[in-house]
Amino acid sequence: MTDRSAEPGGDETSPPSNGGTPSGPGWLHRVTGVSERLGRALLVPSLALLLALVVGAVIIMVTDVDAWQLMGEDPGAAIGDMFRGVWVAYRELFLGAFGTVRAVSETLFTATPLILAGLAVALGFRTGLFNIGARGQMFIGGLFALWVGLHVELPAGLHIPLALLAAVIGGGLWGGLTGLLKARTGAHEVITTIMLNFVAAFLVLYALKTPLFQQGGSNLPLSSPIMESARLPPIFGSAFRVNIGVFIALGAVFFIYWLLYKSTIGFELRAAGFSPTASSYAGMNVAVLYTLVMFISGGLAGLAGASMTLGLPPYTVTSNFPGTIGFDAIALALLGRSHPIGVLWSGLLFGALIAGGRTMQAAAGVTVDLVIVMQALIIIFIAAPELVRAVFRLKPTEAEPTQLTKGWG
Amino acid sequence: MITATAEEERVEVRNRSTPEERRSSMVGGVLVALGVFVFIAFGLGVEAGLDATFNLSLQTDRFQGLAWVVDARTLSMTLGVMIVALGVWRLTQRALDWTNIALAIGFLFFSLAFLTWAAAGSQFSMVGMLRSTVILSVVVVFGALTGLMCERVGIINIGIEGQLLASAFAGVVLSSAFGTAAGIVGALVTGALLGWLLAWLTIRFHVDQIIAGVVINFLALGLTSLMSARILSVVQTLNAPERIPSWRIPLLADIPVVGPTLFDHTYFVYGMFILVMAIHLGLFYTRWGLRSRSVGEHPRAADTAGINVYFVRYRNVILGGMIAGFGGAFLGLSQVARFEEDMTGGVGFIGLAAMIFGRWMPVGVLGAGLVFGFARAVQQKAAILNIGLPSEFLLMLPYVVTIIVVAGVVGRSRPPAADGQPYIKQ
Amino acid sequence: MALELRGITKRFPTVVANDGVSLSVEAGEIVALLGENGAGKTTLMNILFGLYSPDEGEVVVDGKPLELSNPSASISAGIGMVHQHFMLVPVFTVAENVILGIEPLRGLDWIDKKGADDLVREVSDRYGLSVDPEAMVEDLPVGVQQRVEIVKVLVRDARYIIFDEPTAVLTPQEVEEFFEIVRGLKADGKGVIFISHKLREALEIADRIVVLRDGRSVGEADPATATTEQLAEMMVGRPVLMTVDKEESRPGDVVLSVQQLVVLDDRGRRTVEGVSFEVRSGEIVGVAGIQGNGQTELVESITGMRRSLAGKVFIGGEDTTRLGPRAIHRLGVAHVPEDRLESGLVLEFTVAENIVLNSYYDDPYSSGIRMDWEAANGASQRLVDEYDVKTTRVDVPVSTLSGGNQQKVIVARECDRDVKLVVAAQPTRGVDVGSIENIHARIVRQRDEGAAVLFVSSELDEVISISDRILVMFGGRIAGEFNPETATKNEIGLAMLGSGAPS
Repeated sequence: MTDRSAEPGGDETSPPSNGGTPSGPGWLHRVTGVSERLGRALLVPSLALLLALVVGAVIIMVTDVDAWQLMGEDPGAAIGDMFRGVWVAYRELFLGAFGTVRAVSETLFTATPLILAGLAVALGFRTGLFNIGARGQMFIGGLFALWVGLHVELPAGLHIPLALLAAVIGGGLWGGLTGLLKARTGAHEVITTIMLNFVAAFLVLYALKTPLFQQGGSNLPLSSPIMESARLPPIFGSAFRVNIGVFIALGAVFFIYWLLYKSTIGFELRAAGFSPTASSYAGMNVAVLYTLVMFISGGLAGLAGASMTLGLPPYTVTSNFPGTIGFDAIALALLGRSHPIGVLWSGLLFGALIAGGRTMQAAAGVTVDLVIVMQALIIIFIAAPELVRAVFRLKPTEAEPTQLTKGWG
Repeated sequence: MITATAEEERVEVRNRSTPEERRSSMVGGVLVALGVFVFIAFGLGVEAGLDATFNLSLQTDRFQGLAWVVDARTLSMTLGVMIVALGVWRLTQRALDWTNIALAIGFLFFSLAFLTWAAAGSQFSMVGMLRSTVILSVVVVFGALTGLMCERVGIINIGIEGQLLASAFAGVVLSSAFGTAAGIVGALVTGALLGWLLAWLTIRFHVDQIIAGVVINFLALGLTSLMSARILSVVQTLNAPERIPSWRIPLLADIPVVGPTLFDHTYFVYGMFILVMAIHLGLFYTRWGLRSRSVGEHPRAADTAGINVYFVRYRNVILGGMIAGFGGAFLGLSQVARFEEDMTGGVGFIGLAAMIFGRWMPVGVLGAGLVFGFARAVQQKAAILNIGLPSEFLLMLPYVVTIIVVAGVVGRSRPPAADGQPYIKQ
Repeated sequence: MALELRGITKRFPTVVANDGVSLSVEAGEIVALLGENGAGKTTLMNILFGLYSPDEGEVVVDGKPLELSNPSASISAGIGMVHQHFMLVPVFTVAENVILGIEPLRGLDWIDKKGADDLVREVSDRYGLSVDPEAMVEDLPVGVQQRVEIVKVLVRDARYIIFDEPTAVLTPQEVEEFFEIVRGLKADGKGVIFISHKLREALEIADRIVVLRDGRSVGEADPATATTEQLAEMMVGRPVLMTVDKEESRPGDVVLSVQQLVVLDDRGRRTVEGVSFEVRSGEIVGVAGIQGNGQTELVESITGMRRSLAGKVFIGGEDTTRLGPRAIHRLGVAHVPEDRLESGLVLEFTVAENIVLNSYYDDPYSSGIRMDWEAANGASQRLVDEYDVKTTRVDVPVSTLSGGNQQKVIVARECDRDVKLVVAAQPTRGVDVGSIENIHARIVRQRDEGAAVLFVSSELDEVISISDRILVMFGGRIAGEFNPETATKNEIGLAMLGSGAPS
């Protein structure tokens, strides 16, 4: 499975989408024994991560106010303090991600919605659509799941699937709306998804203040706790937060892989995404396909939202439950080269970064915002591989165009 | 498997009237529905005989005590009828140029009826509302002009939000440390730097423009939040800029209603009006504008005419960044006078919305900004009056309006032809 | 006084577009640069104009070497170019397009609009070009747009003017007018390079002909003595059939019947206005006409891509007026769409994926929901061999193929089954001679096997040589029907302008 993970474009029987000339880092192969093709695919992402960590370190040092105040009296000690600050921050980041069983649980728990939302974005990229709306779709999907979790009484074995189904439908409708608008009116999905993100946020804010969702006796936009039967069961007991959502995410990864590369619908979705005109000349119904792909994409994001409303102790929902996941998803879809299995790995990586970042914030005083900056840097380095090559003096390989959108329609 | 049935797929291409005509009819229909709603909800929904009092002067004004008192029910019902009439006129006429104007008048009447309904039986400061409309539109307009400067040369900028946020941060910190002038210069430089980053990534490395914009938002949010938590919370003197005062224009500011609305503001507000005019004249009457537009419409044609496409793109995107810097300075130094994490809260995206709603035209952008500012002012007022209208729905308005616009229902317009497309010279 | 190119070489990642090409033109001379699509003509001219930089070689203008870095240098050296795809901003006025880059100013940066308009009028009058400076370019017909390009070049005081495939968009009559303008330029002492793949036009206008093949200059010819056969052989490197080799047609039953068809275009204009005709099995009916006279909408309507406003279409006796493209495809209609890059292919897809693009859902490529990629790849390999598509593998993106081979992929996809009707729209546009012969032969074979063929092309020579019957469209109507054996080019050309007598 590892071998296959980094092959964007598919496997033996599905035709790969790019036929580049092999010109990779031989040394990587010799040193690590990693196959050349995999190595080539991993090289830029690894270096991007490395560069982001280096720049992050510089930022930690530059923003170390205490050390700067010491600089006038004892520059040596001040610079020592700065390096110590970086060391402590990154140590805590690592320990918070992998250091203990709890840390691993946190990493997996954090990764769950990231993988699902990342798949939503990646599916869009693979079919020529730029879904910036994972955030909004998470809001609506999560809200639908929340409603089921609050108001439908069922045994757990049925309650959870129903709540998840509601999330898929909610997110799917919200995403599908974008697809429908694009198909019927040509409205560009980037604009509509950005705008729908805000609309969804205000809808949820409003909903959480209505009696249907609001916790009794509160004025805050905060929901009542959902029923026990709708809570995603933790895998390792209630002491650890990681829950069965992680298996749902894994299942989604393989489902999307199959859908894209093995099914007729995936073929149609990709065709319509790349060339709506050629697809309709070939007799496909592009309007339905746009709507469908945005429905599936939104449904995935909806599941991500549900994992936040059904799986996050204490099971009461606040008005910003998607956090920055909707945008993290864009970064990790790019890092994973929009391949489902690439998304799985980069989702785990980002889960580790964010889970570790929380520990870092508590223990080292470096806020988790650093992770946001690092994500931004990772996107830059992935999207502009020339930049990475310039820094590391690598020879250029085949051109990797990153244009995904075609202007406002 | 998705195969189109014969019927379905042909519906798509059916096209018996021109889009403009359909739009006109649709706007007519919307107006009629709106008018009926106004008549029932704001007209019949008000107790008969209640007066609505609109105050037309502020306490600081030279002329005091101006007010307009009117029977709420009568006014609302009249407005409702007028909106219906407007809609019927749209449905029967084919003077297509007038569609947007009809819509604007309809919106104005609707707003007035709404306010009448809200103010029935009480008082309401009309001038205060108009004044806050102008103030609330400033950042939106600056953001929209930023987007316009970039898209007119073919580069999509969805990083406006980040440019505003970062320059607000720089403005606040530098103003706190070295004074207002330094703050403003710092904000301009920060905006310009992020503009340069957008241009550099998209031109030099052909990074997808949407992705580059996302990166700028991420960077700005992450860096400012991090520095706010690690620096400003420790050294609080760096987050205490002097608020930039208003500059009352003599005589003009004394005109009733108009004076307090337009002529008693900080120079950012005057700057906004001047900038809109300047960009309008510049785009359509100068060499700079002709070359900029040619690069946004047909970069290869510009190139063959000896124009350096990359230079023009860099220049305008950096200038656009400086406009965002100006907006950020207003936000940090005039409106709020301190930095708060994520203090832009989506206003950059409202700016993007205003640019689209304003059809990539400077004057249109100003109009769109004022409409969105008005919605925001109404929302704030409604929250104070506590009239039971959930403020979330008013907050949504700019976003919903934009979706309607891009869906072509009200005023679809052509973006610059090369918008979003990298220009690759061999 | 001469413009000289010396030993120009330009390499692209996959091909050498120009290989040591030398060429010169003197003041008051017209040189035709002849070569088929892909021979490197356009690359050469883009180098001359500073759009590309060459890997080797130099350009000398009136004895001074030219800095080949950007168009400004070429413009100020007196070189002007009228591009094949016009370099005009559609939403600008004529005057704005003309002055772009050399704006007359009034004050600091303020454009002198009146000065610009006067400049355009003056040049337009001097050369008899009659263009209105205040007209919006997007509203002008292509012939006028071309004259705007010429004004643009003249206003910049160009002494050497390059025309890249200038007659591709013109009718025979417009070509004559255009040649008059070119002769006027020559008389005025301009040096003209006329790039074309049309032999007859080169023979008619040029003082000297230079032939380019595979990026190399393969010789010169004197138009006074050269024949089209000689030139064609120089261009292609082997003897070329100047006509399509086919036997007498034997028309059978009516396959396609179009009755009183009315179709709107995207902007809601009636571009097909009550068209009726029939195509029988075993015959090729050519549709000639200047682009934009309803051919596009007619084809789209027949193939189910566009709804008609009124009228009927019958294919094989079945009413297909309201059927969609898939249903029509399944009736045995092969459709080679007009714009292969936009509508014929998904460029990001592989050759195999494009070959199954409209049959993926059916046996043998799929049994419902799951794709059988082995079957698809196998079938694609067979078609690639059979239709002589030059590609290394079937799993490379189709965008890496040349235009001719891309078109063969489409033809293979459409024709590899039992075909009743072939609708081919501009199937040889931008395609090399070898591929053109291949595609023509394939279409004639389909006819001989009993298919009806509707062949739409704006190249009149092509329509005349392949068709058994010619319909001319003008203004959305059938402006005439001709027998290609007996009709003259002039008669057909007049019908294309709407002034011919319908037969």
